[in-house]
Amino acid sequence: MLDRREFVQQLLLDRGDLLVVPGLGSATYDVAAAGDHPLNFYLWGAMGGTAMIALGLALARPDRRVVAIPGDGDMLMGLGSLATIGVKQPNNLVVVVLDNGRYGETGMQASHTDAGVDFAATALACRFRQALTITRIEEADAVRKLLHGGGGPTLVNAKIKPDDVPRVLPLRDGHAIKERFIAALNAA
Amino acid sequence: MHTPTELATSWPDAIYAHFRRVGIRQVAYVPDAGHSRLIALCQKDPQITDVVLTTEEEGVGLVAGAALGGQRAALLMQSSGVGNCVNMFSLLRNCGFPCIALVTMRGEFGEFNPWQLPMGAITEDVLRLCGFLTYRVESADEVDEIVGAGCDMAFNGNLAIAVLLSQRLIGPKQWTR
Repeated sequence: MLDRREFVQQLLLDRGDLLVVPGLGSATYDVAAAGDHPLNFYLWGAMGGTAMIALGLALARPDRRVVAIPGDGDMLMGLGSLATIGVKQPNNLVVVVLDNGRYGETGMQASHTDAGVDFAATALACRFRQALTITRIEEADAVRKLLHGGGGPTLVNAKIKPDDVPRVLPLRDGHAIKERFIAALNAA
Repeated sequence: MHTPTELATSWPDAIYAHFRRVGIRQVAYVPDAGHSRLIALCQKDPQITDVVLTTEEEGVGLVAGAALGGQRAALLMQSSGVGNCVNMFSLLRNCGFPCIALVTMRGEFGEFNPWQLPMGAITEDVLRLCGFLTYRVESADEVDEIVGAGCDMAFNGNLAIAVLLSQRLIGPKQWTR
């Protein structure tokens, strides 16, 4: 299984123009730990909504690559959004689930994926063009390339070690996060 | 001047005209009978991306994402759907995203299905508790002005605006053919 910080760091290497929507909790801390960036739309709430926020952004900006990075609990709460994304078939959206099989912010209780619920299979059933599960850091670079590639909605289920790592806390003022993101997106 | 019969069937067109006027580019919905014509108009429009949702709360995330990407979005839902959105509405307040929601009311005038009553009765209060300004439309001749004002308020001030289209306006659901 993957070290979460190492994986996210590799994912966002040479990120270029990538637009990143990390879900609340550990996913947001991991993305912040990889390096603060105005094109990170950090979430501190809206659990279940991460993939849909990314879809709205992807539909509005078909010229840009968008990645949603929810944890497994967040993705489970928004499981239906995989169907909604599948209907729209955006070419510029990838969902990378950081899946440690735990609800990390509430005491590390086991989630559905710990019992074998499979996001990749769900995504394919929802008409995602590609979906895969990865467990080794050697696979990270191929995933990084998918973020910048194309070809229809893609889901990567990244199996993460359920370690407790020190939180890295980015901005939590939602207005500031929004304004900063929009300004950076609109900059020449 | 429209005849009463024309108005009764053309009020969705008035909403659509405002969507075009303010440049709405994404319209999200769980389908409702009362929104059938407006949904069809949005689906036919190449300038509008219509997004069918599995649950209304998905639409709130979509609105936020669209705004990040510089596009305006609208939500169409039945009153029951408002209940499904409560926590996600906090995203609008926390970040200051604009939102225009058109809500067709059930559980009011002439409602056949008592299961619609609990949510129908609290819809407006729930929206207000979630930070929306709410406006009711009782008759077809009010739609144009109220929806026009609502759209303008939402996007001029990054506000959450809900226009409640009363069951009396849309007509109670007919349960027998």
